[in-house]
Amino acid sequence: MNATTFDYKEIQGREERLAPGHRLCAGCGATIAVRNVLKALHPGDHAVVGNATGCLEVSSYTYPYTAYEDSYIHSAFENAGATLSGVETAYRVLKKKGKIGADYKFITFGGDGGTYDIGLQSLSGAMERGHDMVYVCYDNGAYMNTGIQRSSATPPFADTTTTPAGKVSAGKPQPRKDLAAIMAAHNIPYVGQTTFIGNMKDLYTKSERAIYTEGPAFLNIMAPCPRGWRYEAPELIAICKAAVETCYWPLFEVVEGKWSLNYEPKKKLPIEEFLKRQGRFKHLFTPENEHCIGEFQAEVDRRWEELLARCAQ
Amino acid sequence: MAVRTRMSGNEAVSHAIRQISPDVMPAFPITPSTEIPQYISTMIANGEIDTEFIPVESEHSAMSAAIGAGAAGARVFTATSSAGLALMWEVVYVAASSRLPLVMAVVNRGLTGPLNINAEHSDSMGARDSGWIQIYAENNQEAYDNMLQAYRIAEHAEVHLPVMICQDGFITSHAVENISLLEDEPVKKFVGEYEPEHFLLNEKEPMAVGPYAVSNYCMEAKKAQAEAMIRAKKVILDVAREFEELSGRTYGFYEAYRMEDAEYAVVAIGSVCGTTKDAVDRLREAGVKAGLVKVRVFRPFPGEELAEALRGCKAVAIMDRCESYSGEGGPLGAELTAAMYRAKLAAETVNIVYGLSGRDVRVEDMERVYDDLRKMAEEGLRFAQYPYLGLRE
Repeated sequence: MNATTFDYKEIQGREERLAPGHRLCAGCGATIAVRNVLKALHPGDHAVVGNATGCLEVSSYTYPYTAYEDSYIHSAFENAGATLSGVETAYRVLKKKGKIGADYKFITFGGDGGTYDIGLQSLSGAMERGHDMVYVCYDNGAYMNTGIQRSSATPPFADTTTTPAGKVSAGKPQPRKDLAAIMAAHNIPYVGQTTFIGNMKDLYTKSERAIYTEGPAFLNIMAPCPRGWRYEAPELIAICKAAVETCYWPLFEVVEGKWSLNYEPKKKLPIEEFLKRQGRFKHLFTPENEHCIGEFQAEVDRRWEELLARCAQ
Repeated sequence: MAVRTRMSGNEAVSHAIRQISPDVMPAFPITPSTEIPQYISTMIANGEIDTEFIPVESEHSAMSAAIGAGAAGARVFTATSSAGLALMWEVVYVAASSRLPLVMAVVNRGLTGPLNINAEHSDSMGARDSGWIQIYAENNQEAYDNMLQAYRIAEHAEVHLPVMICQDGFITSHAVENISLLEDEPVKKFVGEYEPEHFLLNEKEPMAVGPYAVSNYCMEAKKAQAEAMIRAKKVILDVAREFEELSGRTYGFYEAYRMEDAEYAVVAIGSVCGTTKDAVDRLREAGVKAGLVKVRVFRPFPGEELAEALRGCKAVAIMDRCESYSGEGGPLGAELTAAMYRAKLAAETVNIVYGLSGRDVRVEDMERVYDDLRKMAEEGLRFAQYPYLGLRE
């Protein structure tokens, strides 16, 4: 891998590979994820971008316009892993046969619906088979494209349209699936978890590492959704910061099986700092639901300790 | 020179694939098509072909990877049966609407309910409206010949549609019969190199595949697909003529067997046609003017041509190895009857469901069908419902 040093100006000055004019919302995390992951491609390198059906797909490749400067393929909701594995295999064969000349990288994007849930099998198969590709999950914690239904990535107690908070319900009853750990259990060369922090250095470094690591790589990017999380667009970065500072969304990576923490808050903030900024948790700040915040905190603490133990090994 | 040998239908298809040596083959095993990925994996392991096999974790991923590889610019092959094709369903449509010239060997087996592994056409008939060209074989020779013609049709500039090459599970796929194989070089020359016009890995022209298209564009895309299917009719015949020059074997939309003066005709698809030919021969010896129309191409549906082949018949039995639960019969029955109506044919018709889940059909069974046809024409025999052949009483 030829890692470049992080030069913020140079990187942000690179040509956009996701052109403006797409139809994603203001304050949408998916857009930031795609723009920044693709910026980690070294200038001049070719890529084929894949995509699962979802907000990103319907808003960035609406016939007859595509927002992608690179070749792009979408075929269905649950098969982004398999589809790109076919592209990557074709690349290897055609290259071997001398039918194509240029080098290509393969990066596919799916939301948490297409990744944690309906596309998990396809993703697992593609990673296990060892294709030289990156699967990027932009995790906004619900099926946003169909109207904010819960997914297995939805945090506990979130108010979604299929786990609505009501008189006898405090929102989603279950905790989140730990997909990064599941992907690490595939024994692939690289797994990274990140979000939008500061000058995006963590996101850039992990994207570049994922793209330029030979073999399968998986990136899990927390990508807030203003509609589903119910925040004002400018709040996005503050929410991401709160997610990291509360240890709700730790930044870590698993390189060749070795876990390492990329950021440890000096003082771990209480989970309320993350929850209070989002309308989907509003119902928790009532006397009858207060206990839920305690349960949420306990789950965050348990997982954080577990992660620290993994990284200490 | 032709090579005379003996092999099963699955071996015949795999041999054709060895000669074509496509770039990529994603596949997931399912009876009775499993042998095809096994044979081809063995060829790859022995360095006989440079195809890249993708051992996917499901048929849905097999078709998805096929779409990815096809869009990337590779020549792609896969094989499946029954539930495997059903699991692919969603992306089978995507392959066709993306106008990818994929080829899939379908070894026909019934869809589950109850679970059964034997011959039936409910799998590919269920996919009849997915936008794939469908070509059916009577025996191993035809499965081989159809496979050799498949890429020429699929990749033709006027077509750009995927093709299913169908054969009957076990009856054809596993039975070993004599076969005449072509030599490798003439086959390679006939099939040719694949030179896609547009593909993802063309560094000079990035391309986007699989858009979201709203109502103001989607309908035109579907119409373009439908027109390509209509244009495929000429291409199928052109390729068949060229193949005849190479092999000496004649193919068209259908085969007319002793139809020149036939009064009683059976129309059928697949291996039952071999059995029916025996029945026709016996009946002809007894002076009955019996004939058979064997449907080779079901998509595009050659309705006009089939109806023309039946002009002059007094009674026609349309045979479906598939139940469509319409209460009216099977898919071939529905489509051919409509075509006969448009052609203003006056023949009596009956739609017979037969051979479900591998139920055996003997020459005597088919002789009885012809006897019923005679009774329909001469004695006014009518069936209250569409009859089942060989049903346990």
